[in-house]
Amino acid sequence: MILVLEQFLNGLQLGVMLFLMAAGLTLVFGIMNLVNLAHGSLYMVGAYLATYVYQSTGSFALGVALGLAGTLVVGVVTELVALRTLYERDHLDQVLATFGLILIFNELIALLWGRSAIYSTLPAYLQDHVELLPGLRYPLFRLLIIMVGLAVAGLLWFVVARTRLGMLIRAGASNRTMVAALGVNIRLLYTLVFGFGAALAGLAGIMAGPIYSVQPGMGELVLIQVFVVIVIGGIGSIRGALAGAVIVGVVDTLGRAFLKPMLATITTPTAADAAGPALASMLIYLLMAVVLALRPEGLFPARA
Amino acid sequence: MNFSARTLILLGFLLLLAAVPALAAAFKEPFYLDLFRRIMIFAIAALSLNLILGYGGMVSFGHAAYLGVGAYAVGILAHHGIHDGFLQWGLAIGASALVALVIGAVSVRTSGIYFIMITLAFTQMLYYLGISIKEYGGDDGLRLAKLSQFGDLVDLSNPTAFYYLVLGLLTLLLLLVQRLVNSRFGMVIRAAKSNEARTRAIGLSPYPYRLAAFVIAGAICGLAGALLVNQTAYLTPDFMNWTRSGELMFMVILGGIGTTAGPLLGAAALLLLEDLLQGWSLLPTWVHRYWQLYLGIILVLVVLFAKRGLAGLLPERKGGKDG
Repeated sequence: MILVLEQFLNGLQLGVMLFLMAAGLTLVFGIMNLVNLAHGSLYMVGAYLATYVYQSTGSFALGVALGLAGTLVVGVVTELVALRTLYERDHLDQVLATFGLILIFNELIALLWGRSAIYSTLPAYLQDHVELLPGLRYPLFRLLIIMVGLAVAGLLWFVVARTRLGMLIRAGASNRTMVAALGVNIRLLYTLVFGFGAALAGLAGIMAGPIYSVQPGMGELVLIQVFVVIVIGGIGSIRGALAGAVIVGVVDTLGRAFLKPMLATITTPTAADAAGPALASMLIYLLMAVVLALRPEGLFPARA
Repeated sequence: MNFSARTLILLGFLLLLAAVPALAAAFKEPFYLDLFRRIMIFAIAALSLNLILGYGGMVSFGHAAYLGVGAYAVGILAHHGIHDGFLQWGLAIGASALVALVIGAVSVRTSGIYFIMITLAFTQMLYYLGISIKEYGGDDGLRLAKLSQFGDLVDLSNPTAFYYLVLGLLTLLLLLVQRLVNSRFGMVIRAAKSNEARTRAIGLSPYPYRLAAFVIAGAICGLAGALLVNQTAYLTPDFMNWTRSGELMFMVILGGIGTTAGPLLGAAALLLLEDLLQGWSLLPTWVHRYWQLYLGIILVLVVLFAKRGLAGLLPERKGGKDG
C-alpha cells in the first residue's frame, strides 16, 4: 500500500511537470493559434542553463533564477525573430518551421555543451526525505516539485480569471481584431504570453534537471507526452491541461510500476516480462485513443 | 494523351534515374547507386504522404509509422525463417493498411491541430512498442539474415536489379496516385480539402473518402518500409522515429505540395542536401559535425519564404495550379 502511495506521488510529480509544459503550449495555441513544436526546446534550454549555472557557481538558487530568466529571454527572442511571422500561416507551416527550430536548438546545445548527457546532483539541503506517513519517506525535492506545480496552477488561474492582463488574454483569444481595435497592443500581449509560457517550460526543465538526465533532444520526448496531455484535457483549456497532466502522469507512472507484476498474476512470468513494459509504454496513448473515441473535444473543452 | 511541360520534365527525371546505374558503374562510384535507390524509396513514402497531405489536406505528422510497420512485417517474418518476398511484402502492405485503418478511424474524425497531435502520438506509441519488444531486437534493431526472396524473378542482393525494381515501383505508383487524384475519388478528397461545408452540401460525406485515402497512403508507405528494410538489411525502431515523419513532411513541402513530381524532387533534394552537409569534402568539418543546425536553418527559411517548393519552379500548366 505504501508502495502504491509512493508511486502515486511520483505520478503526481510527473503530472505537475507535464502541466507546466502543457499550460504554456495550450495558452500559446489557444490565444495565438500557433502549434509550437519547439516548446520542448525551451524545456531543454531551462534545464541546461540551470544545471550549467549551478555547476559553475555552486549555487542552486542562482541556477534556478538564471534558468528562468534565460528561458524567458530565449523564448521572447524566438517569438520576435521567427514565430511572430507564423501566426497568420496554416498549421502545416507552423509544424515544419518549429520542427526546423528544434533541429537548430538541439544542435546549438550540442555545440555549447556536447552531445552526451549531463548529470547534476541536488544541493545538500534539498536531498532530505520527509516522513509523510509512518513508513513513507518521500524525497523533499519531489515534494517541492509537486507544491511548486500546484502553486503555479493556482497562480495561473488567478491571473487568467481575475486580473486585467488575464482579461486581455481571454479577449485576445476570442477576437484578436476587436481587441486590437480597442487600442490594446496585441503584439506586445502575444510576446508577453509567449515569454511567460517559455518561462513555465523552462521551470519544468529546471526541476527535471536533477531527476532526469540533461541532454540534447530531451525536450521532444516530453513534448509528445504533453501533446497527449493536451488532447486528453482539451486544447486551449488550462483546467483541461491540469487534469490531463495529472491523469497522464499518474497512469504512466503506475503502469510502469505495476503492469508487469499484475500481468504476471494472470499469465506466465515470461509473457508478462515481454508484454508488461511494452503495454506500459503504450498506456497513455491508448488512454488518449479511448478519450478521443468518447469525447473528441477532450475532457474539459475550452469555452470559446 | 498530350504531354504538358511538367510531365515531360518528370519523365526526364525518371530517365535520368534510369541512367544512374550505368553512370555509377562508369565512374566506379557504387555509393551513388545506393544513395539514389534510397532517394527513390523515400520518394515512394513521400508520394503516399502527398496523397493525404497535399491533395487531402490532412497534416499527418505520423507517416513514419507505416514505414516502420512495413519494415517490421518483413523483419519479423525473416526472423522466423520466412523469406518469401511475395508473402513478406504482401504482409507489409496489408499490415500497414490495417494500422492505418485503426489510426485513421480515430484521427480522421478530427482536424487541425488535433489531427497533427494524434497522428504523432500514435506513431510514438508504435515506436515505443518497437523499442520494448526484445524478441525483435528492441532498441538495438535486428539484422536481416536474408533479403526478401523472389525466386528467379529478381535478386535483391544484386544492387542494379534492386535499383530497377524500385524505379519500376516508383514509376508505377507515381502513375497510380496521379490517376487516383484525377478520378472521382480524388475529386471528392480535393473538394473536401478546399471547402468541407460545400462538399457536404452537395451530398458527399468526406469521412469515408478521407479514411480510404489515409489507408491507401498507409499501404503504399508500408511497401516503402519493406523496400527500406531490404535497402539497409537492418530492422530498427528508428524507422518510426518522429523526426522521420517530420522529414517526410519536409520532402513533400520542399518538392512542392500537391504536385505529381513534388515528392520525388523533395526526397532527392533533402537526402542529397543531408548527404552534402554530412560529408561533402568542400565543406569544412565544423559544418559536418553540426550539420543538422544548417538543415534546420534551411528548413525554416524554405517554410517562410519558398512555400511552393521546387515544383513551383517548373513551368505552370495552363488553366490551373494542380499538376
